[in-house]
Amino acid sequence: MESNKINTPIDPKQIKGWGIDADPKNDPTYPMRQPRMNITQDPDYKHRPESLQPVDTEVLRSVERPNVSAVFGTPEPPKGLSGLIRRAAFHFSENEYAHWLPLLLADRVDVVEGVLDDLVHGKLPNIYAEKGYPVEWKHNRTSLILKLTTVAAVATGALVLLSSNGKKSKKRKGYRSAYYDDQA
Amino acid sequence: MLAMEYRGPKRVRAVQKPMPEIKHPQDAIVKVLRTCICGSDLHLYNGNVPDTRVGSTFGHEFIGEVVEIGSEVTKVKVGDRVIVPFNIACGECHFCRQGMFGNCHESNTEATAVGAIFGYSHTAGGFNGGQAEYARVPYANVGPTIIPAGMDLDDAVLLTDVVPTGYQAAEMAGIQPGDTVLVFGAGPIGIMAARCAWLFGAGRVMIVDQEDYRLEFARNYSYCEAYNFKEIGDPVLFFKKATDWLGADVVIDAVGAEAAGNTMQTITGRKLLLQAGSATALHWAINSVKKGGVVSVVGVYGPTDNLVPIGNVLNKGLTIRANQASVKRLLPRLIEHIQNGVLNPKALITHRIPLEEVADGYRMFSAKLDNCIKTVMIPPTANHQ
Repeated sequence: MESNKINTPIDPKQIKGWGIDADPKNDPTYPMRQPRMNITQDPDYKHRPESLQPVDTEVLRSVERPNVSAVFGTPEPPKGLSGLIRRAAFHFSENEYAHWLPLLLADRVDVVEGVLDDLVHGKLPNIYAEKGYPVEWKHNRTSLILKLTTVAAVATGALVLLSSNGKKSKKRKGYRSAYYDDQA
Repeated sequence: MLAMEYRGPKRVRAVQKPMPEIKHPQDAIVKVLRTCICGSDLHLYNGNVPDTRVGSTFGHEFIGEVVEIGSEVTKVKVGDRVIVPFNIACGECHFCRQGMFGNCHESNTEATAVGAIFGYSHTAGGFNGGQAEYARVPYANVGPTIIPAGMDLDDAVLLTDVVPTGYQAAEMAGIQPGDTVLVFGAGPIGIMAARCAWLFGAGRVMIVDQEDYRLEFARNYSYCEAYNFKEIGDPVLFFKKATDWLGADVVIDAVGAEAAGNTMQTITGRKLLLQAGSATALHWAINSVKKGGVVSVVGVYGPTDNLVPIGNVLNKGLTIRANQASVKRLLPRLIEHIQNGVLNPKALITHRIPLEEVADGYRMFSAKLDNCIKTVMIPPTANHQ
């Protein structure tokens, strides 16, 4: 309740501009003054811009619309495995999880493809810089150290666990071999 | 040209990319003078918006100088300095002709549930954004608005999103003179919504967040009461008590998918992505508004589902209004407010960095480092302007 102490009531009329848009005659007062139109009120509802952007790249189209919009973005057309997943997702409407969840999956696959693409082009991504850690080091060092330590600890733990599992299974295999050798 | 490039969740960098080209006769190419990082860019940055492709350039808040125009462009010319609304609108379709410039039907092929937004994933049209030295601006006869002579570029860049979205949040709330207004979220949009609530005659304005520095800023900038939800217990109960047990007349959700404050929402919405973001603010908004009141939503959520108490919307007789801001429609009025000294958007800017440091800028804004409220980036070609 600390903040209560500094929240003192004020006279709103002292604030510059108080109430200047309260008059409903003032524009704009959306959505009250401009009622929506239905298609009988707007017989031209199918109107489209006269010029259409040429479709010279792969554009994924929502199945909920009949055409490609008059303009569209052209960067990063679908490619690779992520592209295959995206194309599959666009067989489903925006109403379906089968549309959105594969797109999220494709985004994650795209990240891996992006790293590989960097490496193929001889570029080692500077993930420390890309994540903006230098500025976090400057302003929030303790948190960054804690974060990186936690990641390192989890990674080390996972490695130890995996390697010990590996040794155990080798050991088990060893016992089994000895047993089968005895049997033989 | 230099441009921001998305590489994966919480990974961005500045790289050289090809110059944008005219693709449609109504296109213009602008040299970017100022560009901001928006709170809703963080949904992309965190990898929460479906179809955010590696290699994309974000940035829906930018102003620039026109350097090239398509053959059908008549409303702007080379050399004009323009405010570029964040939504891409044809101005001719069934929706644009109703003033719904945020819901244009002729700019986004990939989804019908959202209009096109610069630099906001392929779900929002797949256009590259303005966090670059140059950007392609479709429908240049419709969206771009010439920056009035004498207007500060920092004021102008905040007219692309922050000011109109904050204003429309208050407008959609249908504030009546004397109303008690409660705003969830003290980011730039929430702060602006709280400031604009007074313009509609609010009698009392309260804002809620978890960052003390933002609350302090809001208290001074928006002349409102400011509360840290970590200090007030159950916020719904707190605001019921603070409003004579009735609830606020109108509540504005200016947070959206990145909301904190409820562990279940955070885990299912932000960590596991089982919801379209964490709906904590919307949940609190529905429960803390008065019966018969209005909830105005400008916080951005993803396209799937969210857990909210919809039964209370019915039982309390609430009205929910929500939309992406119709920037084009609002600009004339908001320019007037800035020119008359009613609004002072540039005071929100706390950080100014070169575009080359985009990765640091995102981290700083995302982690709320160094008391960051709003970051403006300046491309190298725009230096000294």
